[in-house]
Amino acid sequence: MSLLQTCALSVLMFTGASQFALVGVIGAGGNAWAGAATAALLGTRNALYGLRLSSILEVSGWRRFAASHFVIDETTAMAIARDQPAHSRFAFWATGFTLFCLWNLGTLIGALATSVFPDPKTLGLDAAPPAAFLALLAPRLRGREPVAIALAAGVIALAFLPFVPAGVPLLIVATAVVLYGLRSWR
Amino acid sequence: MSWVPLLVAAAACYGIKLAGLSLPQRFLQDPRLQRTIPLLPIALLAALIATQTFSTRSHLVIDVRAAALAVAVVAVVLRAPFLVVVAAGAATAALLRLL
Repeated sequence: MSLLQTCALSVLMFTGASQFALVGVIGAGGNAWAGAATAALLGTRNALYGLRLSSILEVSGWRRFAASHFVIDETTAMAIARDQPAHSRFAFWATGFTLFCLWNLGTLIGALATSVFPDPKTLGLDAAPPAAFLALLAPRLRGREPVAIALAAGVIALAFLPFVPAGVPLLIVATAVVLYGLRSWR
Repeated sequence: MSWVPLLVAAAACYGIKLAGLSLPQRFLQDPRLQRTIPLLPIALLAALIATQTFSTRSHLVIDVRAAALAVAVVAVVLRAPFLVVVAAGAATAALLRLL
């Protein structure tokens, strides 16, 4: 992945878990399309965030297109934590703008740093993405069912991993959890 | 790597966000979607953690990354901030490789 591609990903995608997933699948030698599908599937939660936010933000026209780019975990959390709509709107835009700037600055610094450190393994950087995923996962593990789903997903992914191309275990897990969710909603 | 999957994935992620803000509320209020969509990141994040910790290409392995994950779990249990969790994982792997 080139410097320009790394930075373009943060500018254009701007949803961390999806970016890490895409890069992770490609880094493991997987098909780029499997990575792209995983990134999109991880991004589906942003649709639910948008649904929560649309009544708070009340955006239309070009503002809706701008606001959409900022619909992520952090902005949603900051916006729905306020009890007055005006405060929520300010929290959303302020968080979105600040994070967008910092996220892209951080991406650029990180991408430039890779030319200084030729082997990322000596810095333990191959262990960083799982730790980041864990930090993103932990707040979602409230109750017995999410923990069971997480453990099952890990086991299923590892069970298929030796036999299918890289990235495909993630799509198998995604299919399994969607079937489980749709069948067990009552 | 090719630009096409990258741009398609970015467009898909943006389209999903835009759909959330644009579609009538009833579209996403289907109880099956309300239940299923939050389960996706749980399963996918867990699968990413497992595959990126316990495999190298198509082989299952246990190496310093497993110890790094264990340290990250401790950091998460102690409610450490995001960057501390990531740094703790990376530092553990780096230190163990030095030994």
